[in-house]
Amino acid sequence: MTALMGVLPLLLAGTAVNMKVLTLVTVLYVLAIGYLGFRSYKTTKTSTDYLLAGRNIHPYVMAISYGATFISTSAIIGFGGVAANLGLGLLWLTFLNIFVGIFIAFVLFGKRTRRMGHNLDAHTFAEFLGRRFQSRFIQMFAGAVIFILMPLYAAAVLRGGAEFIKATFAVDLGVATFVFALIVAAYVVAGGLRGVMFTDALQGSIMFVGMLLLLVMTYAKVGGFTGGHEALTALAPQMPEDLQKGGMIGWTAMPKLASPIWYSLVTTIILGVGIGVIAQPQLAVRFMTVKSGRELNRAVLVGGIFILAMTGIAFIVGALSNVYFWNLEGKIAIDAAAGNVDQVIPLYINSAMPGWFVVIFMLTLLSAAMSTMSSQFHTMGTAIGRDLFEEGIRKGRDKGVQSILVTRIGIIVAFAVTLALALWMPGSIVAAATAVFFGVAAVAFLPAYIGGLFCRRITRAGAIAGMTSGFALAILWLAFIHAKNAGFLGICQLLFKKATLGTLPWTVIDPLVVALPISTLVTIVVSLMTKAPDAAHLDRCMAGVGRCKSAPAPLPVEAGAR
Amino acid sequence: MFGIPDPAIWLAMICCIIGALICTVYGAMHWNSDSDSAVLEPDDVKWAEEEKKIDGEL
Repeated sequence: MTALMGVLPLLLAGTAVNMKVLTLVTVLYVLAIGYLGFRSYKTTKTSTDYLLAGRNIHPYVMAISYGATFISTSAIIGFGGVAANLGLGLLWLTFLNIFVGIFIAFVLFGKRTRRMGHNLDAHTFAEFLGRRFQSRFIQMFAGAVIFILMPLYAAAVLRGGAEFIKATFAVDLGVATFVFALIVAAYVVAGGLRGVMFTDALQGSIMFVGMLLLLVMTYAKVGGFTGGHEALTALAPQMPEDLQKGGMIGWTAMPKLASPIWYSLVTTIILGVGIGVIAQPQLAVRFMTVKSGRELNRAVLVGGIFILAMTGIAFIVGALSNVYFWNLEGKIAIDAAAGNVDQVIPLYINSAMPGWFVVIFMLTLLSAAMSTMSSQFHTMGTAIGRDLFEEGIRKGRDKGVQSILVTRIGIIVAFAVTLALALWMPGSIVAAATAVFFGVAAVAFLPAYIGGLFCRRITRAGAIAGMTSGFALAILWLAFIHAKNAGFLGICQLLFKKATLGTLPWTVIDPLVVALPISTLVTIVVSLMTKAPDAAHLDRCMAGVGRCKSAPAPLPVEAGAR
Repeated sequence: MFGIPDPAIWLAMICCIIGALICTVYGAMHWNSDSDSAVLEPDDVKWAEEEKKIDGEL
C-alpha cells in the first residue's frame, strides 16, 4: 500500500494527451483485437465448434466477455454523469445490476433460457417468445418493438463515446459522433456482428483495469476514501437550487422521500434499469450461446466483481468529481460541464487524469461501446430479417437470399437511424434514453418471458394481451404523463396544448412502476380465462428444465401449431 | 460510516460488496456443477448449426 501511494504522484503527473502515445497504444490495441479475432475465426471452423470451442477456454475469458456486452459508454458516461448530479444513491442501481442483472439473471433465467432456446431452436429473443407461445404474432410484435426502439439505446451508447472524444480532442460533437460511428462500423464490418469471445474478453479486461485505476486515482485526488466522502458531504450547501427544490439533500444522502427527484431516482434509474436488464433481448440471447449451465455458474463469479468495478466505480467517481471541480475551480461538476450531464465524466477524466490514462480510458470506452453496439446491431438485424421478414411477410417460408438482403438493409437503416438520433438528441440524454428502452422492454417482455420460462399455465392469449397492453400503456405514459419524456416528445403539447396530462407525483413516476404490474396482471388473468396450452408442446419446451424430467424425442421445428 | 452520514447510502455500498461476494461464493461453490449439461444434445448441435448460419449471413 505504501509503495502504491509512493508511485501515485508519478502516475498522476502530466495531463496532456501525447499524440505519439495515443497513436502507439491505439495501433497496439487494434492489432491485438485483429489477432484475437483471427485466432478465434481459425478455431471455429464447424458449427459444433461454435459450442465446443469454449470447452478449453478459461472461465475468466468466458465470463469477462459477458460483462463487456453488458456495460457500455451509457453506464460509464451517462449514468456516471447522473451520479454527479444525484449523488451516491445511484449505488442502489449497482446493487441491482449485480444481484438482479448477474445473480438472478444467470442463475434463474440463464440456464432455462439456454435449454429452452435450444429445445425450440430459437435464435432471437422474439423467436424465443414466439415459439414458446406458438404465436407468429408474438415474434413479429417483439421483433418490431426491438427494431423500432433499440436504436434509441444504441444512439445513447454512440453519444456517450462521442461526448468523450469531443472532450478529449476538443472537436465538435457532430464530428466526434461521425468519427465514433465510423470506428464502430469498421469494427462491425471487420469482425462480424457477434462479438468474438477473445476480443470481448480483452475489451472487458481493459475496461476492468481502466476503471480500477480510475477509482484509485480519484480517491487520491479528493483526499482518500473517508476523506473524499466527508468532503463530498460538506459540499451539500452548494447543491443547485433546482435540485434542492426537487428533493436533493446532498451527494451523500438519498433525496427526500417521495420528492420528485426521489421518484425519478428510484422508479426510473434504479428500478427501470435494474429490473429492465432481465428482459433485454440482446442479453437474453447471449445465454443461448453459452456452452453449458456450468459456464453460467462460473460466469456469476467473475460477472459480480466485474459489474461492481464498472457501474460502482463510475457512480462513485461521478459523485466525487464534485469535490475535484470544487477544489479546482470553485464549481460543482454540473456547472463545470456547462449543464451537460454527459460531459461530466469526459471533462473530469481529461482535467484530472494524466495523459496516458486518458488514452487508456478512451480505449476502455471504445471497448465498452464496440462490444455492446455489435450485439445491439446483431439483435436489430435479426429482428428485421428473421422476426419480421421471415415470419411476418414470408410466413416462415423461403429463408433465402431475400432474407439476407432484408437483414442487411435493416442493419444499414438501423445504423442510420442510430446515427441520426445520436446527432439530434439534446444534451444530458444518454442515461435517460437508456432508461426509456430498458423500462419499455421490461414492461412489454418481462411477464411473457417469466411466464414462458417458469409457468406452464400462461397461454398464448395471455402473453399477447400482456405484451400489447403493457407496451401500449408504457408508450402512452411516456407521451402524455411522464413530464420529462412527454415534453421531449411534444405529442401532448401538440394535441392538448399542455406539456403533460398528469399531476405530481405521476408526472415523475416511470411507466415501469405503473405498466409492469398491469401487464403482469393482464397476462395472468387472460391466461386463466383461456384454455391451458398443449401439454406435449410444454414438455418439448421444458425438456431438461421444468417438471418434464426426461427429454422427449425432438420434434421438427415446424411441427408446433404456429 | 465511511464518512457518509446517510445509512441508505453506506448500506448501498455494503450491499454492492455483499452482492459481489454472493456471486463470488456461488460461482466458486458451483464451479463444476451442471457439468452434465455440458454434454451436447441433438438440439444443441442443431441450434449451433443454425446460429452459425445466421452469423455467417450477417
